[in-house]
Amino acid sequence: MAEMNINDAVVTTRLDAVVNWGRKNSLWPLPFGTACCAIEFMSMMASKYDMSRFGAEAMRFSPRQSDMMLILGTVTNKMAPVVRTIYAQMAEPKWVISVGVCASSGGMYRTYATLQGVDRVIPVDVYVPGCPPRPESMIYGVMKLQEKIEKESLSMRKDHIARFYESLARQDALQAEKGLTGQQTIREMLMDAAERGAGTIF
Amino acid sequence: MIIEHIDAQLPGTVTDRHDFRGDQTIVVAKGNLLALVDLLYREGFQLLVDITAVDWPERQQRFDVVYHWLNLASQERLRVKVPVADGETVPTLTGHFKTADWFEREVFDLFGIRFDGHPNMKRLLTWDDFPGHALRKDFPLDGGDPFCMEGCTAPYNNGERARG
Amino acid sequence: MDSIALSRQQLDGDHMIVNLGPSHPTTHGTLRIILELEGETICKATPEIGYLHRGVEKLGENLSYQQFIPLTDRLNYCSSIMNNVGYACAVEKLLGIQIPKRAQQIRVLVSELARIADHIVCVGVNAVDIGAFTAFLYLFKQRETAYDLFEMAAGQRLHTSFTRIGGLFRDIPEGFVPLCERFLVECQASVDECERLLTHNPIWHDRTKGIGAISPEDAVSWGYTGPCLRAAGVPQDLRKAQPYLGYETYDFDVPVGTTGDVFDRYLVRIEEMRQSLRIIRQVLDRLEPGPVNVDDPKIALPPKEKVYTRMESLIHHFKLIMHGMEMPVGEVYSATEAANGELGFYIVSDGGKNPYRIRVRPPCLPIFSSFHDQVKGCLIADAVAVLGAMNIIAGELDR
Repeated sequence: MAEMNINDAVVTTRLDAVVNWGRKNSLWPLPFGTACCAIEFMSMMASKYDMSRFGAEAMRFSPRQSDMMLILGTVTNKMAPVVRTIYAQMAEPKWVISVGVCASSGGMYRTYATLQGVDRVIPVDVYVPGCPPRPESMIYGVMKLQEKIEKESLSMRKDHIARFYESLARQDALQAEKGLTGQQTIREMLMDAAERGAGTIF
Repeated sequence: MIIEHIDAQLPGTVTDRHDFRGDQTIVVAKGNLLALVDLLYREGFQLLVDITAVDWPERQQRFDVVYHWLNLASQERLRVKVPVADGETVPTLTGHFKTADWFEREVFDLFGIRFDGHPNMKRLLTWDDFPGHALRKDFPLDGGDPFCMEGCTAPYNNGERARG
Repeated sequence: MDSIALSRQQLDGDHMIVNLGPSHPTTHGTLRIILELEGETICKATPEIGYLHRGVEKLGENLSYQQFIPLTDRLNYCSSIMNNVGYACAVEKLLGIQIPKRAQQIRVLVSELARIADHIVCVGVNAVDIGAFTAFLYLFKQRETAYDLFEMAAGQRLHTSFTRIGGLFRDIPEGFVPLCERFLVECQASVDECERLLTHNPIWHDRTKGIGAISPEDAVSWGYTGPCLRAAGVPQDLRKAQPYLGYETYDFDVPVGTTGDVFDRYLVRIEEMRQSLRIIRQVLDRLEPGPVNVDDPKIALPPKEKVYTRMESLIHHFKLIMHGMEMPVGEVYSATEAANGELGFYIVSDGGKNPYRIRVRPPCLPIFSSFHDQVKGCLIADAVAVLGAMNIIAGELDR
């Protein structure tokens, strides 16, 4: 028996509902901690705010074993290729929450060294603003992701992930062709994207 | 105090000095740096606190390489400034102080000043083929990043150019 | 991608290359260590930093002195207030002004709270890396109380931006002192509990004693300051040696270790937490009423009631925000004893609204640069223990 979800024009079936219920209640985070938001993440994992109530206690630092990548802190231009590699290594289903304003948009660091939002190089599902966001905000972000997962369907194709892998291939090709470092290749791709009027490189 | 010792044992080394807010500061030419450092080490200034640089683009010798020392026994501090022009190199202090290694690499990365005899003169904070030297006054704040000022109606400084 | 993988020349036939970072479980922020291993013994450890270089010093040249304060918060983000205090002291030295007594006392109070918070993170995370999760959970409960205190004082848990040039953001509110008194009792008990878990634990001894030992001469040559230097045997503490903010009037001891190994660094930090509690007790006992901002309209903003009712206060407010403070031409270096060591600010002013050059002297940069010497010949597990004890905060390291 199918349930029609008018808002998203996606048909979710009973199987989808069961699978999504399982996925949303056992999100294993990959804390990609770079800066101060990682400290608030540590608070969130500690006893007072306690993320394990949501099934997300099992922090797995290996991308192969986790579902949800939490970008915690500023992503600099030097770190950009690393984020892409780690995201590429994650197995589907995978989601990204960008925690804090630095990860969402570059934050207060409008400089030569900071990537103006991690969503320029990887696809992001939920943005949690704040500098740093309170642990309650981060928990709310995870709850929002859970709501998003509920509406997914097994038959739905994830275009953004396919485009990401395509852009990774383009990055490798460009890097081999020009002999640059990963960081400089991504900079060039960002400049190209700006000229085209796109905001992201995938 | 240390400046008197320097004047006595290495006369003519100090080309300029001041004592603004109690910070002893001397300016020396780069040729006299190593002799001065030997003297300072003997006099107990064994903790090299910091090496950095300042860019004064209007001057012919546009950079000031600034060293800070601390004497642990007498708790005296000393600042030494060495003016260099663009393209000139400064002798390294890694032979005397192990901490000079990374501080000099950082100065190279952000200003482009090379240090003679440094064992590993590579960039420290930016990536290997970063175009330019970030803290020079002619390097723009956004470094050519097209998204930095995106959607920004009030740029830094209320639109005034940063000094220098 | 050869920024992450190594080039062919660096791959030696006999040694294995393992990357520790830049994204790794020991949540010390982003740094990368390239380990060359022979079996499990480390032959060479090359740290690579800059993964959190955000361009703070360049940004400082484009912001006014007051606007730089939130950027200082994010340097050592485990103890943000100490960075605020260090920077404010540097600018006040440049201006040549003295702040009121109450402001000095409150700055000491929150600095010591931040020092305790930082040491909690360091000891807790060090323990987690080595495998002891319980100490982390017990200690973090105290950190939550410290966060409550910061939130009461400054409105924010982590990045407080509490100081202003010439004083503080605002006076501490009413509930602060009772909660602080409660904190003193609970934190004392928590530190004792942590010691019971770790200090006489044979596994902790095996993992930390003799690891990462350093001689005092080497420590000075490497530019160490702070708990790592004191653990190596050099009794250098800026609060005693070059006192600021009235530290000479407080009664406290400075713990000094002997070998400089990870165990000594842990003991020094635990004891420093106790001494900080002692200082907070003394501040609370002698906190006197008074203004918290210097009474100079060219430096500190006038109170809001006056801005709304009196013309000259409105003008002063406008001039301060739009044109900034009137700064003398000159340069200063001012250092405070932060949780990690000597946090220095070197400010060059050309008289303009923005600093001409702001340099932050990070305490953990020299300490981390000695990483190869510390772990050569040790196992990978020891490298993790040493990294934890050094307390590398990437925000400060890379700026």
